Amino acid sequence: MARASFHSPEPRKPMSPLLSRRLLLRALGLSGVGLAFAPTLSSRALAAPSSRRTLVTVFLRGGVDGLSLVPPVDDAAYHRARPTLALRRTGEGAALALSGPFGLHPRLEPLLPLWNEGRLAVLHGVGLPTPVRSHFDAQDFVESGTPGRKSTPDGWLNRALGVEESAAPLRAVALQATLPRALFGDAGALAMGRLEEFRLRVGRRGAEATRGFAALYAGAVDEALRTTGQGAFDALSQLDAEHLSRLPPTSGVEYPRGPLGQRLGDIARLIRGDVGLEVAATEMGGWDTHAAQGAATGTFANRCAELAGALSAFARDVGPLLERVTVVVLTEFGRTVRENGSRGTDHGVGSAMLVLGGGVKGGQVHGRFESLTPDRLQDGRDVPAWTDVRAPLAEVLRACRPGVDLTRVFPGFTPGAPLGLFA
Amino acid sequence: MRLVSLCSLVALLLSCASSPHPVRSEAPPDFGPGAEVHLLQRWAFGPSERDLAEVRALGVRGWVEARLARRDAPVSPVLEAKLQELPTLTMSMTQLASDYPGKKEREQALLDGRELLPPARIGLELSAAKVLRAVEGPNPLEEVLVDFWFNHFNVSADKGAVRWMVTSYERDAIRPHVLGRFRDMLGATARHPAMLFYLDNWRSTRDGMPRPARRMAKRDVAPTMEEDGDDEDPAASEPRPGLNENYARELLELHTLGVDGGYSQQDVREVARSFTGWSIRRPRREPEFFFRRRAHDTEAKQVLGQVIPARGGEADGEKVLDLLARHPATARHLATKLARRFVSDTPPPALVDRLAKVFLDSDGDLPTVYRALIDSPEFWAPEARGAKVKTPFEFVVSALRATRAQVEVRPRLVQALARMGEPLYRAPAPTGFPEGAAPWVNSGALVARLNFSLDLVSGRLPGARVTLSSLATPATPTAEAWVDTLGHTLLGTAPSAETRATVLAALSRRTEAASAEGEPGPVDVQLIAGLLLGSPEFQRQ
Repeated sequence: MARASFHSPEPRKPMSPLLSRRLLLRALGLSGVGLAFAPTLSSRALAAPSSRRTLVTVFLRGGVDGLSLVPPVDDAAYHRARPTLALRRTGEGAALALSGPFGLHPRLEPLLPLWNEGRLAVLHGVGLPTPVRSHFDAQDFVESGTPGRKSTPDGWLNRALGVEESAAPLRAVALQATLPRALFGDAGALAMGRLEEFRLRVGRRGAEATRGFAALYAGAVDEALRTTGQGAFDALSQLDAEHLSRLPPTSGVEYPRGPLGQRLGDIARLIRGDVGLEVAATEMGGWDTHAAQGAATGTFANRCAELAGALSAFARDVGPLLERVTVVVLTEFGRTVRENGSRGTDHGVGSAMLVLGGGVKGGQVHGRFESLTPDRLQDGRDVPAWTDVRAPLAEVLRACRPGVDLTRVFPGFTPGAPLGLFA
Repeated sequence: MRLVSLCSLVALLLSCASSPHPVRSEAPPDFGPGAEVHLLQRWAFGPSERDLAEVRALGVRGWVEARLARRDAPVSPVLEAKLQELPTLTMSMTQLASDYPGKKEREQALLDGRELLPPARIGLELSAAKVLRAVEGPNPLEEVLVDFWFNHFNVSADKGAVRWMVTSYERDAIRPHVLGRFRDMLGATARHPAMLFYLDNWRSTRDGMPRPARRMAKRDVAPTMEEDGDDEDPAASEPRPGLNENYARELLELHTLGVDGGYSQQDVREVARSFTGWSIRRPRREPEFFFRRRAHDTEAKQVLGQVIPARGGEADGEKVLDLLARHPATARHLATKLARRFVSDTPPPALVDRLAKVFLDSDGDLPTVYRALIDSPEFWAPEARGAKVKTPFEFVVSALRATRAQVEVRPRLVQALARMGEPLYRAPAPTGFPEGAAPWVNSGALVARLNFSLDLVSGRLPGARVTLSSLATPATPTAEAWVDTLGHTLLGTAPSAETRATVLAALSRRTEAASAEGEPGPVDVQLIAGLLLGSPEFQRQ
């Protein structure tokens, strides 16, 4: 079969911290059958360069209030603008102390160990270069990586992947029902609401249906269908999602209830399963806090607890593999500095971004940030985008995907001085 | 069943007898074998039992002319009854916004003892109707065109108040014009609140318009322009006057001239200035076109070298649309898109040239362009047959048509489409869903297609009932006979030798396993049907 040409000459390398591949390849009754795709999967899996890092993005949809996530607790202007929402440095419900003039939302406490170990960094005052206050448009611009240009067909994550002829079938996965805009494009990427969904619902017919489909696609006249079919069946057989989705978290790790915990747990399974994952994307909603946002407790605080719980569980779940993982937590815009009449905040510009993982220069708040007096604000009301959202993303790519052509990922963008997110 | 289709055929023949167009009784030889199936693949979401019979009875040209003239197949009372159960289809935007409000208003209503449905219900009903009309509607050709043109003039229900407008947008701005003139459709979309909101033109004002003082704002611009629907944030929007180029840019790039249509950034700006004041009275409460005189730029403009004199007011926008609708670049852009949709992802340049000329010569009369497309040798060429990969919607609808499924659209079906990458009415960008195959063909989406096929034929898809034994009646119930007969029904043509052999091989393994246990099982017809629908052949059209 022509597929043999994809076989990698590389011998199998020992992968001690990882789950035994044989366990995962218990797939679909293929072993030993002379079916075209059976030999492919193991060789392809091996071809995945295990030195490569995995980039995980968590998009917080709705526009996160960066000033509550990482409050500038020493800034008098901040407290003046937010009589009921500001988090204090001391007292009941105080922010957790960080270095310098910032605190961390008290319900983000599960992240504190990662901060103290220097694995978690914050970038403040980050956003789109021109204010866009519609969720739809702002998300579109962040995800396409081309602010102001609506017609860009693909997304920044997909361009960062690039097309590779012998790529692992599971190199880019979105743990959400549909492929996010950031992963649109030519590089193969797949979306699954949950890991357990990525399998054929063949029922009692099991092997016959799977073999039948695989053989039909192996013989497809159309090249795109043939290649995709091959990719899908490689991924299906390599993944054995039914089995992998039941892989319990590392002992002692418990994810919080809710979709984000489920999704990050599935991403951790893909990383621990060493399926060749290079990029994973997921999302979390509920950050559009126009009313009754709350300070140390309430709507926003509960979201923080879910986010921090899930990220912390993920970090402990992947364990030593975190050295090869970078997690970026981003949003479409921040919120107004001043609280509104409903004790909430409205759509703003600059927000905060979290970067977590190996090589991160953590335990610091990066980026330019100033006192929030009205004269310094965007349009007199918002935290400005002192840092263009593309700058940290470019820096993350430089660290996890060295050699990637950043002028292709972010066309027309010239990064300024390095932010120093990575050591 | 047979009686019903016979009756409908008679009715149809009678209705066509009065037609001014000559009706041929069979496809002319130059359309080649399989012409009926090829025609229906591209212009009817695949062959269905009824439409195949009608094309055979009327001939290819006769069928096309009947449908272009909106002489539809008889409306099925079953479909009518199903559409009756979707009340939002006929409601006005105002009514939809008040009857299916956002969360806060629903909670308030609940306190008053009234339970209201969420706006998501509107999208579900609209999606249901789209599927139903495509599967069993009286004019599938019209449905194909509505799908094409909605996508061309895309708006997304995910952007704020558009969710209450999208039903009217398709019903009132797109559908009435798909068999009419391009200029009319262009004008209808330009004035529809869904487009005005989606591409922000409603809040675009002349540059240098002063921020209205608070008191003045109350009665003039500010309160209405603050109201954005749920997506954008009403309290945050202090009136921010200023030119918004979003609609102007997409109008030139997507709706008319095309990205290489020879316009400049200055043209975008001039077009945006021409459309200043084209607005919405109030997006939620009074979603209707409203010309905001104060916001309009009264100075002269120059678009593509043409001067639009000063003080033209609301008519400036119409002048721009006149100019664009008749521009050669628009003709070429639309010809390319149509040829890509109906012929192949890489349409032959000669065909594009001819279609562009027909478009210009007919002053954008769309049926004339469709006719030229269907009459072209390129459409019938062997290399065009089966040359296109179905979009998820085309795949799902063609599967439901081929299996003669009894359909009631449930959320699961709409979710299945989203999983394949096509969340209906929620395309994420103004470009709409992609026309070419590449973005649709990815592993996750393919797995979703295979699962859909298996679920459909095994009775596991809520809302779709399939009776496989009614699809084929092989003379002898052998595996070979089932594959041949079922293959012919589902694919519209005999399965390729390779597909046939592969399906039989998959079956024989199963049979061997069964006979090893000493009981020669019956032929697994569900497996055959599932494999055929999931096969690469069925993904193509």
